[in-house]
Amino acid sequence: MNKEVRHLTNIEELSVDEIDDLIKVANDIIANPNKYKDKCNGKILATLFFEPSTRTRLSFESAMLRLGGNVLGFSEANSSSVAKGESLSDTIQVVGGYADIIAMRHYKEGAPLVACNKSSIPIINAGDGGHNHPTQTLTDLLTINREKKRLNNLVIGLCGDLKFGRTVHSLITAMSRYKNIKFILISPKELELPEYVKKEVLEKNNIEYIETNNIEEYMSRLDILYMTRVQKERFFNEADYIRLKDYYILDKNKLKNAKDDLCIMHPLPRVNEISTDVDNDPRSKYFLQAKYGVYIRMALILKLLEVK
Amino acid sequence: MNIDTIKNGYVIDHITSGNAMKIYELLELGKLDCQVAIITNAKSKKSGTKDIIKVGELINLDMDKLAYIDSNITINVVKNDKIIEKKKLTLPEKLVNVCMCNNPRCITSTEKELDQVFILTDKERNIYRCIYCETKLNKN
Repeated sequence: MNKEVRHLTNIEELSVDEIDDLIKVANDIIANPNKYKDKCNGKILATLFFEPSTRTRLSFESAMLRLGGNVLGFSEANSSSVAKGESLSDTIQVVGGYADIIAMRHYKEGAPLVACNKSSIPIINAGDGGHNHPTQTLTDLLTINREKKRLNNLVIGLCGDLKFGRTVHSLITAMSRYKNIKFILISPKELELPEYVKKEVLEKNNIEYIETNNIEEYMSRLDILYMTRVQKERFFNEADYIRLKDYYILDKNKLKNAKDDLCIMHPLPRVNEISTDVDNDPRSKYFLQAKYGVYIRMALILKLLEVK
Repeated sequence: MNIDTIKNGYVIDHITSGNAMKIYELLELGKLDCQVAIITNAKSKKSGTKDIIKVGELINLDMDKLAYIDSNITINVVKNDKIIEKKKLTLPEKLVNVCMCNNPRCITSTEKELDQVFILTDKERNIYRCIYCETKLNKN
């Protein structure tokens, strides 16, 4: 890995202080957007999306445009040289000559490490298969910080696909570094949080957690309810996907015992797991969360490009 | 059963029963010109049975590969009919091209020029993880 260039492949590469700084900058951007509108004049962000994504790609592009920079890239592998058989290493070295920073999504896990080893410019991992998605975690942390005014003393319910859901694993890892965090893990047996996350993150850090398959059982205790989608693309067997995809559907009735200041989050896209009748509930923050994703990515781009 | 003693070479001892052929294959002992003897299910005071491999030449043994398969192994170095050293193995911090990541979603499954690298993430439980996708190495 090029030591002089700072990349972000995994949320753990950022210290708690660095995350605090990013949140501080993002909050300042929200308060004073004009201050930042020309910060990246003349800079180019390459969005290399080997796997389709609407939200992440557009939020990166919006972030760079709002900083006064420019954007180029592709939105699926078929429209890149990968379709001609080019290796990731070669693509990265070529794009390094065209742009100042890269946001990359790849369907293969570990692809960002390969990219970082070859890149002369900062790489931001915008998701690698079911592995890491650090900017989603940063988005989640900014949302929690803004909506709850703290990142400690929280009871966090994680609901849905806790097995393949990379956002869940990253969020648990990130939140385990803050004080007095408790997790309620809500999932069907087949989609339970993997043992290694329980052992190597939760138990190692003495984080209290409860596992249940009942979404309403601990609803009244939650400060945050983080819903997730059962992702079709993570299943090899379609029958399993069909059986599990609608296991949880959050509706107004299920929220009847929830706290008034509950914060309902979702990394989006949503399919059926949150009923649209919840959208108007003031506790629903998932669309706001998507918006916050732009500001934290702006803060991250500034940090990695070392723009003051 | 009589197997000749060796003048110069190695006696790889205390191999867990069943692991001798794995070592034979991983270390490519079949490609050597010297004598190689494999003894399986030999009697052992410690574990009941064990495997032993004798190699009739002082070749460069890849200790990392040996430790990866079975860290309980003892290597007796034989020179001029005498054991001059008994080597105990320790788990290597890193395995390079010893085994392949079995995660079909790992980048190593498509970028063929990449080394297969695993690092020891849990010494007590002998757990290695792929440096790319962090999938746990399944030794079987």
